[in-house]
Amino acid sequence: MHELPLLFTRYHTLLDQIGINAILALSLSICLRAGQLALAQAAFMGIAGYVCAIAVVTFGWPLAAAAPIAVGCSAAVGALLALPVERLRGVYLAIATIGFGEIVRIVAYNLQITGGGDGLNGIPPLLSTPWIYGTLLTIGALLYAARNSRFALAQAITREDEAAAAGVGVDTGRVRVVTLACAGAIAGCAGVLYAFTNFFLTPSDFAFGRMEQILVYCVIGGVTSPLGAVLGAAVMTVLPEAFRFLQDFRDVLSGVVLLAVIVFAPGGIAALWRRGARKKPVPRTANA
Amino acid sequence: MFGVLDILNLAHAAIFMLAAFVCLSVVLAGYPLIAGLLAAIVAAGLVGVILDRVAFAPLRRRNAGTLVPLISSIGFAMIIEAIARGIYGVNDHQFPSLVRQAPPITLGPVTFTLFDVAILAASIVLMVALAYVMRATKLGREIRAVADDRMAAALLGIDIDRTIALTFFIASALGGAAGVLAGLQYNSVVFDMGGRIELKGLAVIILGGMGSITGAVIGGFILGITETLAVAFISSSWRDAIAFGVMFLILIARPAGLLGRRALRTA
Repeated sequence: MHELPLLFTRYHTLLDQIGINAILALSLSICLRAGQLALAQAAFMGIAGYVCAIAVVTFGWPLAAAAPIAVGCSAAVGALLALPVERLRGVYLAIATIGFGEIVRIVAYNLQITGGGDGLNGIPPLLSTPWIYGTLLTIGALLYAARNSRFALAQAITREDEAAAAGVGVDTGRVRVVTLACAGAIAGCAGVLYAFTNFFLTPSDFAFGRMEQILVYCVIGGVTSPLGAVLGAAVMTVLPEAFRFLQDFRDVLSGVVLLAVIVFAPGGIAALWRRGARKKPVPRTANA
Repeated sequence: MFGVLDILNLAHAAIFMLAAFVCLSVVLAGYPLIAGLLAAIVAAGLVGVILDRVAFAPLRRRNAGTLVPLISSIGFAMIIEAIARGIYGVNDHQFPSLVRQAPPITLGPVTFTLFDVAILAASIVLMVALAYVMRATKLGREIRAVADDRMAAALLGIDIDRTIALTFFIASALGGAAGVLAGLQYNSVVFDMGGRIELKGLAVIILGGMGSITGAVIGGFILGITETLAVAFISSSWRDAIAFGVMFLILIARPAGLLGRRALRTA
């Protein structure tokens, strides 16, 4: 029995990463459910992480006060971001939101209060693995509880056909604002957890590379399935570690696995699961 | 070229990097630069065709939308970058100094080298050649037909798979040429050099309006000019923020890009 704690100490950083990546994947999966290819999760994460860390480290606030405000900030930024980009769809929305993410990163890089390129150091490790998984479970439970709510249905119809959605009285503009606010809040949670389990936060922690990874988790998992997004995050976080013995070549195998899932398993991991369980036809993948 | 076939290709940056390494290896093996450039262009083109076969063709057959191929191109890029890192390590590589030696030329207040002129000339030649191929040749017509309406093009007897493979060859060969030129310009070849152009290349294409080469060129110029002005009047550390800010504003004003023909697509 004493091996279990040992395993935990050895792998807890990895476990933390999986949990945080899974939360980020959930944040993107909310956007994809509404058909919005809005790729600003990394920026939301950075905003909340910085706000929270600055409030605690620089101004000496208690974490319990700073964290909700930080998450509120990233949610508000998400909602505000939805307004100017309301006419953008598909790849145009993607690139505009990626551009927004880059702007946020560069601002963090140039400001004094964020510590510039060196980042913020000495963030107390006030949070740990149970907090990460508690948050992940809470968000998962909320999403599960709301899976058949009016809002979830409004998201689904907005994704499939915006004109039809408007035709049956769905305010698609509002769906987008609320969707992005939720995405902002969820990614914000990930940002706070990241900052307070890693001791430091730098602008490169939420650069485009991370956004790319989040996108990979979601698509590997099966685009609109939250459970798939979590599984995707777990698989793609563990793979590079599992292939560590290959040293510099290890990403070759991660890339091969990624390609194989996409080519041979339309609908991602979630669909494989479903197919195995009930032999149901694979649902259509996103048309985002 | 990302846009002509309505595919967002994030592996382009990896091919860009790969070509620079191919050229570098050929030059280091003692061959002249021009041989390295040609080898790099051919290698990049071939890798582009492999990319299409492996990462895009299977998805095309099942109509997987634009998001899924985007991810498979990330997978392909991961493989190429990891191979390059495995072979060449994480350090910067430089071209032998002989290759880059060129006397500086002063023209009024502007100083540049023959080398800069050569790079500019090469870029212009490539752009003109591309425009010629796209507008005036049978292949160009076929590519545009496939881009416009795949089904109709197939009905007219165009071999879709062959046309798309050729498009990938051209696009990747061009990307490869750009990689070599950039490697020479900054005299640094490193496994993650593609990251420097990836986002901006994507931004330029989308800014110009997907599927429009003129648009891409205009988008490139706007981005370049904005960056230069930002450096001149504000500060170089804010350059990229301002460039992306301008891009953001242009997209808000023109949701389908500057020269985007397509009406708003319902998502």
